[in-house]
Amino acid sequence: MSAGAAVIRDQPPGPVTSGEITSTPPTSLWSDAWKRMRRNRLAVASGVFLVGVGIIAFMAPWIPGLSDPTAQSLSLGASPPSASHWFGTDELGRDTFARVIYGGRISLLVGFIGTFVSLVIGVGYGAIAGYRGGKTDEIMMRVVDVLYSLPYIFLVILLLVFFSRSILMLFVALGLVQWLTMARIVRGQVLSLKNQNFVEAARALGAGDSQIIFRHIVPNTLGPVIVYTTLTVPAIILQEAFLSFLGLGVQPPDASWGTLVSEGARLLALFPWLVIFPGIALSLTLFCFNFLGDGLRDALDPQDRREVT
Amino acid sequence: MIPTLWVIATLTFFMMRLAPGGPFLSEREIPPAALEQLKKSYGLDRPLHEQYFTFLGNAVRFDFGPSYKFPARQVREIILEAFPVSLELGFWALLLAIVIGVPIGVFAAVKQNSGGDYAAMAAALAGVSIPNFVLGPALVLTFSLSLFLLPPALWQGASSRVLPVLTLSTAYVAYIARLTRGGMLEVLRQDYIRTAYAKGLPEKDVVYKHGLKLGILPVVSYLGPAAARIITGSIVVESIFAVPGLGRHLVNAAFNRDYTLVLGVVLFYAFFLMVLNLIVDVAYTRLDPRVELA
Repeated sequence: MSAGAAVIRDQPPGPVTSGEITSTPPTSLWSDAWKRMRRNRLAVASGVFLVGVGIIAFMAPWIPGLSDPTAQSLSLGASPPSASHWFGTDELGRDTFARVIYGGRISLLVGFIGTFVSLVIGVGYGAIAGYRGGKTDEIMMRVVDVLYSLPYIFLVILLLVFFSRSILMLFVALGLVQWLTMARIVRGQVLSLKNQNFVEAARALGAGDSQIIFRHIVPNTLGPVIVYTTLTVPAIILQEAFLSFLGLGVQPPDASWGTLVSEGARLLALFPWLVIFPGIALSLTLFCFNFLGDGLRDALDPQDRREVT
Repeated sequence: MIPTLWVIATLTFFMMRLAPGGPFLSEREIPPAALEQLKKSYGLDRPLHEQYFTFLGNAVRFDFGPSYKFPARQVREIILEAFPVSLELGFWALLLAIVIGVPIGVFAAVKQNSGGDYAAMAAALAGVSIPNFVLGPALVLTFSLSLFLLPPALWQGASSRVLPVLTLSTAYVAYIARLTRGGMLEVLRQDYIRTAYAKGLPEKDVVYKHGLKLGILPVVSYLGPAAARIITGSIVVESIFAVPGLGRHLVNAAFNRDYTLVLGVVLFYAFFLMVLNLIVDVAYTRLDPRVELA
């Protein structure tokens, strides 16, 4: 039964065929998208760069020759960039290069976990609201509307100030505020998908509601979800950095890029390299994520696509 | 609007009462009798629900009582004193963003897929990607500490306003440019634009008189969220440049556990944002006749 349904599911999803796709020979949405994506060299370069950053950050503890980011050398103190310390050292003699790499570890971790939290909540919530429809949908989306209009960054600040400034609280706070748009996107997709023939077919074959939602409908919403996920990661990294900059985010001895910029900004007049390097690392990463997300949108979202020549 | 404000008020109120650690926590030991007296004078000895309703009643009248940290000053006074500063900062930033961002977006749309378009959009994406707390120090480093052109901090005189406004507006210049480009691209394909060309209007008139009227709509609907983000951004910018605005008060109050001040500022901002969103909605329906028809 599920095998039959799976074959049907492989049909290109209905609503994304805006008339343009149906006229092209039968290539799948994905190979089509991949072709467009490869043509956007800057987006591919961004993707490669991000994978590189990710690998370096993940492998940091095992990179030979990389100094311990917490090792202090008070006799050295703050020194400008040199051959032995590429990015210089801070006022405690800690190697800025190592601190930037380990900072990236935390920033990326927060970005990915926060995104994952928002993804799970947003997709689940949106899919259920869209599929159920009617009163349930109305109430669930009304809740989203109300939450949307909250100046949530204040709530995040309050949450972090009054309860705990732990990294766990940070994940919760950031994930909780980021799922709203995802829920809206998925709901819209589901609304237009649920009356398609392949859903009808799955139901006729006896699939249950949850099976229909998560096995048949959700996979067909992947395009917009992937695009939005790529744009959520930098948004969360940015928010974490913002909170850390205010002293509310990641707490010492851990340090994210936001913490490093914050510390560096305080000593700006004396040791400018302390703000320059983490600032560049953070900005470049955000830039690449945004570029990749833009490229993916052009490749995956036929509504917004430039003409393929 | 009213329900949302009520949700915010209730959430913040209970969050603070539930939070561990009271407002009178300090390094010095306060005698129990004095603590009782303090609590009594702030009404903290009464039952929670009673406190809650008193708080709601007073909040409606925009009265949040005295600040916990600076008992000589009313929260209302502090807000009314600091808000104009934040308002001015935000206003200049938004104005700059529109004045620069819209023409860039129109240019990119008219010259779609040209080198200029790509350059403008890559620059815009870079502008969106550089966080203001990185940009701020970078600008200070360049213009204050290296070139000695502008003061690095404070809010006195016109020259001191340049760097904070620039820091705050860059991301919005970029974002508004992107929105304008998207809006214009859609509009420029429409039939009425072709008609305008067909009757022999010069390109400048077609683009700016006919196209921009609808092409700017995404920017108009972005103004509401933009205001919210500018408020968030101004918290950082005010901290970097030591601007005596509401954002800095909020951060300090949060660290000081100054309950009344935090509540007052959050509710005030929420109210302000909602009024702003309402205005944007009205403006939107005025600008786009299709919205009324639908």
